[in-house]
Amino acid sequence: MKHPSRAQLNPALLRGLTRARRTGGPALPGLTRRRTLQAGGAAAAALALSACGVGGQQRDTADDADYWADKEETGSLRWANWPLYMDPDRTQIEQFTEATGVDVAYREDVQEAASFFGQIQPKLANGDDIGYDLITLPNGFEFSKLVELGYLVPLDHTQLPNFADYAGEIYKNSAYDPGNRYSVPYTSGVTGIAYNPDYIDREITSIADLWDPEFEGKVGMFADPQEIANFGLLFNGVNPADSTKEDWEAAAEKLKEQRDSGVVRAYYDQDFIQPLTNGDLWITMAWSGDIYQQNAEEGTNLRFVIPEEGATLWTDNLLIPFTSKAPVDALKLMDFLYEPEIATGLTEYISYIPPVPHAQEVMAEWAEAEDGTERGEALAEMVESPLVFPSDGDYQNLHNYVALETDQQDEFSSIFQAITQS
Amino acid sequence: MRNRKATPYVLVLPAWIWLALFFVVPIGGMLSLSLTTGNVVSGFQQTFEVGNYVTAVSTYWEQILRSLFYGACATLVCIVVGYPMAYWIAFKAGPHKSTYLLLILLPFFVSFVLRTISWRFLLADNGVVLGPLKSIGLVPADLQLLNSAPAVILGLAYNFLPFMVLPIYAVLERMDSRLVEAAHDLYAGRFQAFVRVVLPVSLPGVFAGVLMTFIPTSADYVNASVLGGAHNTMIGNIIQSQYLVNNNYPIAASITFVLMGLLLVGIFSYARALGTERVMEVHT
Repeated sequence: MKHPSRAQLNPALLRGLTRARRTGGPALPGLTRRRTLQAGGAAAAALALSACGVGGQQRDTADDADYWADKEETGSLRWANWPLYMDPDRTQIEQFTEATGVDVAYREDVQEAASFFGQIQPKLANGDDIGYDLITLPNGFEFSKLVELGYLVPLDHTQLPNFADYAGEIYKNSAYDPGNRYSVPYTSGVTGIAYNPDYIDREITSIADLWDPEFEGKVGMFADPQEIANFGLLFNGVNPADSTKEDWEAAAEKLKEQRDSGVVRAYYDQDFIQPLTNGDLWITMAWSGDIYQQNAEEGTNLRFVIPEEGATLWTDNLLIPFTSKAPVDALKLMDFLYEPEIATGLTEYISYIPPVPHAQEVMAEWAEAEDGTERGEALAEMVESPLVFPSDGDYQNLHNYVALETDQQDEFSSIFQAITQS
Repeated sequence: MRNRKATPYVLVLPAWIWLALFFVVPIGGMLSLSLTTGNVVSGFQQTFEVGNYVTAVSTYWEQILRSLFYGACATLVCIVVGYPMAYWIAFKAGPHKSTYLLLILLPFFVSFVLRTISWRFLLADNGVVLGPLKSIGLVPADLQLLNSAPAVILGLAYNFLPFMVLPIYAVLERMDSRLVEAAHDLYAGRFQAFVRVVLPVSLPGVFAGVLMTFIPTSADYVNASVLGGAHNTMIGNIIQSQYLVNNNYPIAASITFVLMGLLLVGIFSYARALGTERVMEVHT
């Protein structure tokens, strides 16, 4: 239909638009000037009420030295963890309850660090219970913010003997939480490159392969500012942990070239496995454990590599919010998870890197004991896997994230979100 | 005011309280927030910083325009697909009208996000739709639908289609069929009768449908997240990440108001251009 100018509008059309209805009336009844002013006045009043900004959200942590003095075991614990981070039977929790008598309400409520932070932050700012006594969060901006805001309880290491005995050295001196003041690792993983050999018939060895024009529209990158920044930085030969603002801008430039050349199909949060399996993606940034699980469970043949430029090691940590109703029970669970047998059982299911190196020996013993069974084979395979038990050489090639204060975080995020949110 | 009784006012009171509590107050708070500076750790001070709006628009004008464009395209798709549906149900479906209406609403029984994710399987490069088409050579082998603008627009249109169909249906269903007979008596053919009688009568329904699809589609972020690619970010995604990822409340609030303002201006000029005093005419 040609677009008629106003003067030639079909009168019937206009009637249709303006005809009064028998039932009801206009949705904006009598919106006269006076009414509008009244409404404006009401809005202004509401505005006046709220025009006071938002106060600083920091908690005073001066008294935390005595935090543990009056805390006692309660016998029940609420834990917010990530999905698929323990077997469906919750074996380790069963064992924990058996050993200590503490009941655990286990919830897979953390789907994404940022939105989970957004959910708990207002409650913590008010000092309200967030519904969990223990939470699992990765080292990253949210973790730094929680520390900065004073929302985490400093751990009482006298109650964590297993951690002292069994935690790997690399997990005892992290850049993001020196001396494990607020956290102990739950499990770790590598962000590296995964590719599907059904579509790529060469060895992938380098981050530069993610820039290869041959893979036009078939490359996946992560949307998370830190994850993608790390790859841009490593591509430029910069160690992320020591990076400066100039480095970030140079890395962003490279990532922008990559995006604008059309090789990037999309920026993924965590749903890269399905596209990689069905050929929508050929090569992508990926987390080690997800690839291991997919190959083990679906029989796929996806490859995971730690590129020659290096990759990053991230850690999901156990934290106690200051509103926790069962901090002593939470500490007990933390320590329990560091018993080598327990850590091994956990690793068998989730196939990420345990912070307990000793788990490799235990797993080898289990594999031997179960020799000839399906489970024995799976265990034997896992013991050998560098994705689950990286060698010292692998660790040499793994870098930590850059740790930043809040104001730097904003700068950092906006530089890299300009790439992923265009 | 002939009816001086208080009853209607008492009846409408809950709605007013609801609106005041859950719309006016939060919007006021949001407006105040959009004029602050600071960060989540040290707090946000009311500095009446208008620069937030400048930053928001200058940084994200592209995503804002893209969102309005995707919203408009999705709305258009909804009209093209939805009008015939509504017409058919209103005039040709006979005794099974309610069944068909239920079918239109059926997708709402499934979670919005799940429905959107299922489009991934449909649109995958070698998926249910493209796989067969590629194998018989109808489309080029390297064609990609998923993670592209068309995928986002289709997803939006699919998710909001019922909001277009229902108001149009409601108007057509109430239409006096004798109007069409009268048109035929005056020598109008079927096409003429439709263009000159049915269409004008149904326009309020289309108008309402446009409002109910254009506004939510322009502000949507789920479809762009799930079906979009490297260059399909919509303004909803920006608002979501500024709030929840960056905790940059002032910028997020500013963008929200810019978007709201643009939508309001658009709707009122649209209504004005069509010479109507009434922005909502449909009663279901």
